Amino acid sequence: MGSERQALIAPVLDILRAIAPEVEAGALDPAQPLRRQVDLDSMDWLNFLVGLHQKFGVTIAEADYTKLVCLNDVVDYLRARLA
Amino acid sequence: MIEFKLPSLGADMDEGTLLEWRVKPGDSVKRGQVLAVVDTSKAAVDVEVWNDGQVGALRVQPGEKIPVGAVLATLLEPGETAAPSVIAPRLAAVPSTSRHAVSPSARRRALELGIDPEAASGSGVQGSVTRADIETLARARPAPASDHLQAMRQAIAAAMSRSKREIPHYYLSETIPMDAATAWLQRHNAALPITERILPAVLQIKAVALALQRFPELNGFYRDGGFVPAVTVHAGVAISLRGGGLVAPALHDVAAKPLELLMQELADLVKRARAGSLRSSEMSDPSITITNLGEGGAESVFGVIYPPQVALVGFGSMGVRPWVQRGVPRAIPLVTATLAGDHRVSDGHRGALFLAELRDLLQRPDALAHSGPDSSTDTEGSLPWAANAKH
Repeated sequence: MGSERQALIAPVLDILRAIAPEVEAGALDPAQPLRRQVDLDSMDWLNFLVGLHQKFGVTIAEADYTKLVCLNDVVDYLRARLA
Repeated sequence: MIEFKLPSLGADMDEGTLLEWRVKPGDSVKRGQVLAVVDTSKAAVDVEVWNDGQVGALRVQPGEKIPVGAVLATLLEPGETAAPSVIAPRLAAVPSTSRHAVSPSARRRALELGIDPEAASGSGVQGSVTRADIETLARARPAPASDHLQAMRQAIAAAMSRSKREIPHYYLSETIPMDAATAWLQRHNAALPITERILPAVLQIKAVALALQRFPELNGFYRDGGFVPAVTVHAGVAISLRGGGLVAPALHDVAAKPLELLMQELADLVKRARAGSLRSSEMSDPSITITNLGEGGAESVFGVIYPPQVALVGFGSMGVRPWVQRGVPRAIPLVTATLAGDHRVSDGHRGALFLAELRDLLQRPDALAHSGPDSSTDTEGSLPWAANAKH
């Protein structure tokens, strides 16, 4: 954990909420698959990743899509590339 | 004189509520221009006009409920002169603009929530009321039941009941290897920024459109006791809405468009469908429906045909499963494609040939990316023009 992590979670959730407004931050388990907790189809998921790309300027290879399963994975992925 | 009527916006919509006029009497309008915004159980629909002309009289006021086919306004044809006695009083009747402006999205949300949009304080451009203002106002008071959702559920039930009552469905299913298509997409997308990458669904939609060119009996409308084939493939794409329900607006002229353009248009269509803002042509044009369950969905889907269409193609969730090729079992991505067909127009034999064609096309993704329609096709569809009859 750590504050650096926490600082990333909030904007990631904002991007998610722009796509799925019904998401409540506290209701998500960051260690569980995101798409089991939030109803996201392929287009939603792509838009979420596009949102991350635009917000953080991080290039997300298509081959990496499958690594981004839980909220924690997303945050770790961003941290590794923003470091 | 041309009568600008509320067009049919799909089998599950027989009336709407006028949200706003985008034109006033005397305005010149061009074919394809949005003249009015009408609320339906599924979306706020931008109603387009199919003739050039000049707006004569507006016959309906915002807030009025109107049935499909009702005259919303009269238009003068180019060159036609107005009878001044008809137009003049109407000009005077244009509502004053002293009330603050309300965005269509805000007006629709207000209608959903049963709120008077005029009661909201506007934070938008020049004090206009935005959707956010309506939400703010709504939070300040207890929310009423979601009438809109219930209306949509009833509309879907009515259309699907009609389908099951009138259409003798037959169903076929075919497993399609997606290894070639997946590998092609990976190669294609690897070189592109995330904003330009193509989803597998786009390849599938394009393949359906190309396959349909050899099977016109699956692409069109059953009307007045007979089948009317469509000139081009306007694919109705089933889009699930957040909070429930679905809508299947058209991607136009799919066979003629490159994959990149289809991807952009699909992304835009999904976004607008979810935001509740679609165009009348998108609601009335689809000549077939395609539903794609996508990742995490069920393995196959057998659809209910959306009348007056005569077929529905379903794609289940793609997944790596066992497949035998030349006697050797392999684990490759597979998708189950299904066809729900209308026995009044086609039969299972032709339907099976269509699915085989679809399967073959998806083995040649490069050809999908570079092929257009078989023949030069007339880009004029057959539907929306019927809605605005000339007199």
